[in-house]
Amino acid sequence: MSVRRLRASALAITALAALVALTGCGTAGPSAAGPAASDGSVKGTNATVWVISGATEFVFDNSFDRWNKAHPSTPFTVQSFANDPYKQKIRTAVGAGQAPTLIYGWGGGTLKSYVDAGAVEDLSDLAADPALKDRFLPSIAAVGQVDGKTYAVPNNGLKPVMIYYNKDLFDQVGVKPPRTWDDLLALVPKFRAKGIAPLTVAGASKWPLLMWEEYLVDRLGGPQVMQRVLAGEKNAWSDPAIVKANTMIQQLVSAGGFVDGFGSISTDSSADIALLYTGKAAMTLALPSAYQAVQSGAPDFLAAHKLGYLDFPTVKGGKGDPLDVVGNPSNYWSVSSKATPGEKKTAEEYIKEDLLDSSYVSDLLKSANVPPVQGIQDKLEATSDPEYYGKIYSLASKAPSFQLSWDQALSPEQADVLLTSLQQVFLKQITPQQFSDAMNKTLE
Amino acid sequence: MTTIPASRSGAPLRRPRPALAPLLAVPALVMYVVFAILPLGGAVVLSFAQWDGLSQITWAGLGNWTSVLSDPVTWNAFVLTGKIMLVSVVVQTPISLLLGVFTAGRQRYREVLAVLYFVPLLLSSAAVAIAFKAILDPNFGVAAALGLPFLKQDWLGNPDLVLYVVIFVIAWQFVPFHTLLYQAGVRQIPSSLYEAATIDGAGRVQQFFYVTLPQLRNTIVTSGTLMVTGSLTYFDAVFVLTGGGPGYATRLLPLDMYLTGFTANQMGPASVLAVILVVVGLALAFVLTKFTGFARMQSDQEGV
Repeated sequence: MSVRRLRASALAITALAALVALTGCGTAGPSAAGPAASDGSVKGTNATVWVISGATEFVFDNSFDRWNKAHPSTPFTVQSFANDPYKQKIRTAVGAGQAPTLIYGWGGGTLKSYVDAGAVEDLSDLAADPALKDRFLPSIAAVGQVDGKTYAVPNNGLKPVMIYYNKDLFDQVGVKPPRTWDDLLALVPKFRAKGIAPLTVAGASKWPLLMWEEYLVDRLGGPQVMQRVLAGEKNAWSDPAIVKANTMIQQLVSAGGFVDGFGSISTDSSADIALLYTGKAAMTLALPSAYQAVQSGAPDFLAAHKLGYLDFPTVKGGKGDPLDVVGNPSNYWSVSSKATPGEKKTAEEYIKEDLLDSSYVSDLLKSANVPPVQGIQDKLEATSDPEYYGKIYSLASKAPSFQLSWDQALSPEQADVLLTSLQQVFLKQITPQQFSDAMNKTLE
Repeated sequence: MTTIPASRSGAPLRRPRPALAPLLAVPALVMYVVFAILPLGGAVVLSFAQWDGLSQITWAGLGNWTSVLSDPVTWNAFVLTGKIMLVSVVVQTPISLLLGVFTAGRQRYREVLAVLYFVPLLLSSAAVAIAFKAILDPNFGVAAALGLPFLKQDWLGNPDLVLYVVIFVIAWQFVPFHTLLYQAGVRQIPSSLYEAATIDGAGRVQQFFYVTLPQLRNTIVTSGTLMVTGSLTYFDAVFVLTGGGPGYATRLLPLDMYLTGFTANQMGPASVLAVILVVVGLALAFVLTKFTGFARMQSDQEGV
């Protein structure tokens, strides 16, 4: 029995075991997008692709539609999945050798595990192709590299994290947006006095809490702190910057910085952002998806220019560059190694010709995403909100360090402990020291 | 098949042709082996291995077992599962018993209510959990809709409160099923018993305690067994509602298994937890059936 067969059957057995243990609740094994070769396509070149459903879905759909019309003999079959189920499904599919031809990803620890398992193709030659080389912003393209080789290319908007705020509420209380951490702390009692929550955050979803930690650690100690963690240095989580960041977070929580009951709020229905535009909370720290949420939830609020945004505050005595950014640089396409040569060729041709081309870029901008593409200033000017799009573009392209979200950068095992422990820090169930101890254990 | 069971009337049942009898068990046996024994064997094997779902499987010996059993998260999950089991039985039994007795009546309004009570059971757990998540939202949920500030609690974010919220949602979903069991149980009680009790001068309360309750003994045992073993598999509602959080506050055993396996991608330790779950479940079912007389299948209507 080959290793692949063994792995596939082990996977099936595990899935079945889960089914048996949890009667009535099962995530069935991967069902590869069936190659429906009824449209006269050439056999073995029927590439498949899975995309994430939501506000950006139509951008992918449109791009693949254009490709399929121009290349009827080598079409893509597109299937869409919700974000969280996708993350679990894709891993099972990759492990069983049933992955789609183009694999949607975030870079970081997951991409590295794919590379280690030999599941994705080395795209270095393709990336060096003159047609592709100068298309992407270099700092964003670099996230698709592992050990100097390119395994993934950007396919989605830039996602730097910023503070978003409700301008009306700031006028009402008569205060200015915070430039420093001390400003932020000083704002808390002022908003509280008017019965407004200073900050909203979806604590139940865990990952929104991580943005606070990432920015504070970077402002205090710079990107080196996380690099030591990623390198697996012993006790790297005990870095003074991390302990200090968690202490500051707990101070902010104790001061009443976050909306009451933030631990019950989840990102599912954008309830966290809804607090902002309904005037119940003044600020939030968020990905550009917050802008999309306002766009769909309260277009009038956006049209009246009531949504403000600014960089994360500076921290006195911090070693990090105030221009540093955290977030998700972009999303990425990888090509599955298990695909047939014909499918691989289709995928690579698609990347070379259609990925982030002019129509793709326009569609991304329509979905409130800023493409990681060089020289698109004129396109940014032509959007509905040039100031905002320009801000995202310059924030991401000028950042000395654009740090990938830790839950993506770390291995899934470490990410699980990280998100849970951080939630405990926010709820003051554990001390900063206990957080560092729990995280150091994952480095052993 | 060594003895021939006799029916009540005393006539012997027709005995199947002996050569055919084992064959009849084959389909069920095949299903059982393929869907229960084989995966279980796989989980046992994987519990001694290290595997992230992608790369090659390597042997880990007893490493997974020692790491899982020395992990405080595992023991926390055990305690939580025990708590949820106990509180679920204590909360669900009296409610379903009373509702069951109530809906057993033949009055028209009671039959209408019985249908209404049954509705939650028809909904999928995930849908129930998503609905409750929206209802419990502190800012846009039921508190805001009804204008009742005391309902504005950190229901799912307060580690001391969340377990009871989860127990409530589970009870909301499963009480109808147990109500149905009790309703059927009550309807089987011969009316002659109540007539005799009335003649003896027993009131409604006395009839409940001295006729209905004793007659429901087997139903209580059945329903209790299902509740206890069922609480080992509470997963979907909790997963959607809290994801095991906040922190580890609702990370029950099955949830711990799933998150370890499919979020942290550690199939080895997850398999250890799966095996533990199976063993605990079997042990509980065995103890319950052994010591409650459930297995003896005695009737409570002897002599009626």
